Amino acid sequence: MDKPVGKAIPFSFKLFASTILLIISFLFAMKLGAAHTSWQDVLLSFTSNQEDNIQILKEIRFPREVGAVFVGAALAVSGAIMQGMTRNPLADPGLLGLTAGANAALAIALAFIPTINYFGIMTACFIGSAVGALIVFGIASAKRGGFAPIRLVLAGAAVSTFLFAIAQGVGLYFKISKDVAMWTAGGLIGTSWGQLQTIAPVIIIGIFVALVLSRQLTLLSLNEEVAIGLGQNTLKIKVMLFIVIILLAGAAVALAGNLAFVGLMIPHIVRAIVGTDYRFIIPISALLGATFMLLADTVGRMLQAPFETPVAALIAIIGLPFFLLIVRKGGRAFS
Amino acid sequence: MVRLYTDNLQVSYDDRLIVKGLSVQIPDKKVTAIIGANGCGKSTFLKAVTRLIPHQSGDVILDGGNIVKQRTKQLAQKMAILPQTQEAASGLTVGELVSYGRFPYQNAMGRLTPRDMDVINWALEVTNTTDFKYRQVDALSGGQRQRVWIAMALAQETDIIFLDEPTTYLDMAHQLEVLELLQRLNEEQQRTIVMVLHDLNQAARFADFIIAMKDGEIVRAGMCENVIRPDILREVFRIDAEIGTDPRTGKPLCITYDLLKGDE
Repeated sequence: MDKPVGKAIPFSFKLFASTILLIISFLFAMKLGAAHTSWQDVLLSFTSNQEDNIQILKEIRFPREVGAVFVGAALAVSGAIMQGMTRNPLADPGLLGLTAGANAALAIALAFIPTINYFGIMTACFIGSAVGALIVFGIASAKRGGFAPIRLVLAGAAVSTFLFAIAQGVGLYFKISKDVAMWTAGGLIGTSWGQLQTIAPVIIIGIFVALVLSRQLTLLSLNEEVAIGLGQNTLKIKVMLFIVIILLAGAAVALAGNLAFVGLMIPHIVRAIVGTDYRFIIPISALLGATFMLLADTVGRMLQAPFETPVAALIAIIGLPFFLLIVRKGGRAFS
Repeated sequence: MVRLYTDNLQVSYDDRLIVKGLSVQIPDKKVTAIIGANGCGKSTFLKAVTRLIPHQSGDVILDGGNIVKQRTKQLAQKMAILPQTQEAASGLTVGELVSYGRFPYQNAMGRLTPRDMDVINWALEVTNTTDFKYRQVDALSGGQRQRVWIAMALAQETDIIFLDEPTTYLDMAHQLEVLELLQRLNEEQQRTIVMVLHDLNQAARFADFIIAMKDGEIVRAGMCENVIRPDILREVFRIDAEIGTDPRTGKPLCITYDLLKGDE
C-alpha cells in the first residue's frame, strides 16, 4: 500500500504541534508590547497580582490575548463550516454579510438602548449576523446559479455595503458614531475579563457543537444526496450548523468588531495540512485561527508602538491577496 | 409480497409532473434495471424511491411501511444509494470516504468499532480498491473512483443497493467490471440491485427485471425477454431495433437499430 507523505504524519501529532504553536504564540503575545515586561512578569501574571507591570499584564494584556484566541478560533471555525455547507471556497463570515449584519445590529442596539450590557450587545450581534446571512442567501437563491462562489461573494459585498451604510447612518443620526466605531473598528483594544465572561462561553459551546457535527459536515460537503442516502437528516443538520455559524460570527463581532478574511484563510491553510475531512479541519482551524489572531494582534500592537495599528487592516492586507489567489485557482482550491 | 414497491407515485419539479403515478414492485434479491430515453423520469423515480427528493403523492413502501414515516438513519441501514457522483470533488482519502459508509450505524461521536473496520476492509477488498486506501479519491481514474463509491455503498451493509447510471463516463472494460461486481454481489450475497442504465444491451445482459419508462410512465415492467422486444423499444426509444440473441449469454441483444421515420 502506498502512503503519500502528507498522510504519513498522524493527526494526533498535527493536533499536538498546533497546540504547542498556540501556547508559544500566546506567551510571546503576552511578553511583547508597548509596556516592557519580562518573561518572569508573564509567568507571575498567571498567579499573582503585585507590581505595576504584572497589573498591566493581568488586566490589559492577558484578557486581550485570551480574547484574540477566542475570536480567531470562532472566525476560523465559522468560516470552515460555511465553506463546507455551501461547498464554496470563498465563504467567510466577513464576506457573506454576517459581520456587517452584526455591525448594523450593534449600532441600532447602541442607539436605542445606550445602557446595553455585553449580553445585550452579543444578542444584537447574533440577530444581526443571522439577518445579514439570510439576506445574502435569499438573494443568491432568487436566481439559478446564484450560489456559484463568485456570485455569492458579490451578493455578500453588496449586502455588506448596505448594512455598513445603515450602521453609519444610525451612528450619525443618533450621534453615537464614536461608540459604534469603538466596538466595531477597535479590534481587541479594551477587551475586559467581564466581556470575556459573557462571550467566551458562547464560543466554547459553538466550537464544541461544531466538533460534534464535523462528520455530518463532511458528508454535506461531499454531496447532499450522498448525505441523505447515508441517513443524515440534512435539514436538521443544516439548521444546527447555521446556528453555530451565527453564534460564532456574532460572538466574534461582539468581541473584536469587523474582521474579514480570517474565516477564509485559515480553513484553506488547514486543508493543506489535514485534507478535507472536517473531523480534522474543525479542531485544527480553531487552534490555528487562534494562533493567527494572536500574532496579528501582537504585530498590530508592536508595529508603531505605543500606537495601535488596526488589526482589521493588517489582516486585510494579508487576506486580500489570499482571496485573489483562491479566485485565480478557479474558486475550487479545496485541496 | 416484495419488500419494496411503489403505489401511484407522483413526483414533480416546480409545476412539471415528472413521474406520473408509478406503481411497480421491485423483485427481491434480483437485479433490476430502469431504462428509458433522456428526460423520461427514470433518475427522478430512483431519487424519489430512495427519499433523496420528496414525492407529491402516492407511496413508497419498504417492509410494509411508508418510507416518509421511517427514520432516515434506519432506512440507510436497509438501502444504499449511489447518486451520479462524478461532480462531487473531494480531497478525502479512499479509506476516509469508505468509512463514511458506516455512518448509519454510528452514534454522535462516530468512533469506528473493530466490526466497522472489518466491514470497511471487506468493502475495499471486493471492489478491488484496497491498494488505494491512502490515496485521494480525486487522484483516481474514473473507473477506480466509481469502484470506491460502490465500496462506500457496500460498507453500508444494506440488502438493497440503488445506483444511478453507474457506468457513465467509464470505458467499455471498466463498465463491464462495475456491472460484473454488481452481478457478483447479487449472486453471492443475494443483494437486491436497482440501477438506472443507459445501455440497452447492458440492461439485457445483467438485469433479471427491467422497467422501461417513457414520459414519466411505465411502458413495460417485466422479465428481460418481455421488455427487450422491438415493439417495446419502438415505443420507449422511438427506434426500430433488430433483436437477436447474445451467443455467449443467451440474453436478448439489440444488434442494430434505426430511428423511426415519418410517424410524427
